[in-house]
Amino acid sequence: MLQSNLEHIESEEQLKGLIENNEKVAVCCGRMGPMCIPVYDIFEIFQEKYPDIQFRDMDFDIPAAATIKGLPECRKFWGLPYTVYYRNGKVVKATSSIQSAKEVKSIINDVFA
Amino acid sequence: MQNYDVIIIGAGPAGLAAAIYTSRAVLSTLVIDESSAGGQVKTTHQVANYPGFVEPIAGHELAGNMRKQAEKYGTKLKLAVDITALHLSDRKKWVELDDQDRYATEFVVIATGSSPRPLNIPGEQEYKGSGVSYCATCDAEFYKDKDIVLIGGGNSAMEESLLLLQFVKSITIIHQFDTLQAEKITADKVTNNPKVNILWSHEPRAFYKKENNMVVEAENLKTKKRIRLGRDGIFIFVGLVPNSAFLKTTPVQLTRHGYVITNPQMETNIRGVYAAGDIRDKSHRQITIAVGDGTIAALEVIHKV
Repeated sequence: MLQSNLEHIESEEQLKGLIENNEKVAVCCGRMGPMCIPVYDIFEIFQEKYPDIQFRDMDFDIPAAATIKGLPECRKFWGLPYTVYYRNGKVVKATSSIQSAKEVKSIINDVFA
Repeated sequence: MQNYDVIIIGAGPAGLAAAIYTSRAVLSTLVIDESSAGGQVKTTHQVANYPGFVEPIAGHELAGNMRKQAEKYGTKLKLAVDITALHLSDRKKWVELDDQDRYATEFVVIATGSSPRPLNIPGEQEYKGSGVSYCATCDAEFYKDKDIVLIGGGNSAMEESLLLLQFVKSITIIHQFDTLQAEKITADKVTNNPKVNILWSHEPRAFYKKENNMVVEAENLKTKKRIRLGRDGIFIFVGLVPNSAFLKTTPVQLTRHGYVITNPQMETNIRGVYAAGDIRDKSHRQITIAVGDGTIAALEVIHKV
């Protein structure tokens, strides 16, 4: 179980419902590791800054994470966390490994503008 | 423009320790950070040498506690913001965030710490997370029974090597010197492992992908000849750099490596500007020392307000 203050996605249905019912969704799929925690923290801060975006996290080791791991955009990823940005139900960006606040902000401004 | 008694730039242990002291002294305190709170501690798996914790504490938990403690006493935080302008030379100093809001104060504590040093070579950024990694704890299992290259020869490089050796088939260490800089006890454990091979006096010049392999182009620093190594992945642990780029346009005096020069009271060459923690020019960098620096800076400010 992830110990972040974000809402956790725990099932495939939950992820499906989230991206079907929200235009802008960002999901960070990882563990409680050094590269993942900073991204959860940045998502937490950005929840207030960007109220139109749904920020979530997801435990990399639960069965539902297979949905993220199996995405074509994530197939070549070898670094945690996997962070996926959805717009209107479609993947518009995916990143592997740690991202700084500046990098996340730049992606948000690019794909969710 | 909003006024604060003190503005602390950096929300790691030094900045948060300073904030706890100044807030408890009823000084209005603003802490600014371009990322989230916690500095390097939040990315440390376990902290075992911080006094008061008999069992190791997770770095993110220790960082979270420091933040909560500062907020409990009234510290305000502005996180994940960019400093877009900074004026330090006059008595009244100010900071502009995200090209929008300005905050004024007479006292500034710089506590921006340091970050893992990137190599800044072609391919490094492009393959981050898909062949290039900076964290064995996070990514070792992706390289189970694989052959990897590890760049670095200091303590963190050797400690991370020990963890990687539990997973990988082989490690080729690329190091710029003829000897490892790590503590002998750790270095010996790595070098005595039959899975380890070391390429001395070499530096990587580029990373690229060829089919499924990551290729490292490395230069022999003595002969200047370049070789190419094809492996499954690359791990980089080459030390730290001070987060002081934002100070280069200010009159704050830096060493040639970018660390802030202070006196024992943490005062910089600019009146009312202090520095604390890993950003400061000093011999040792530890959480406990950063907290001590932050405390000294805060007490100096409290004394002067």
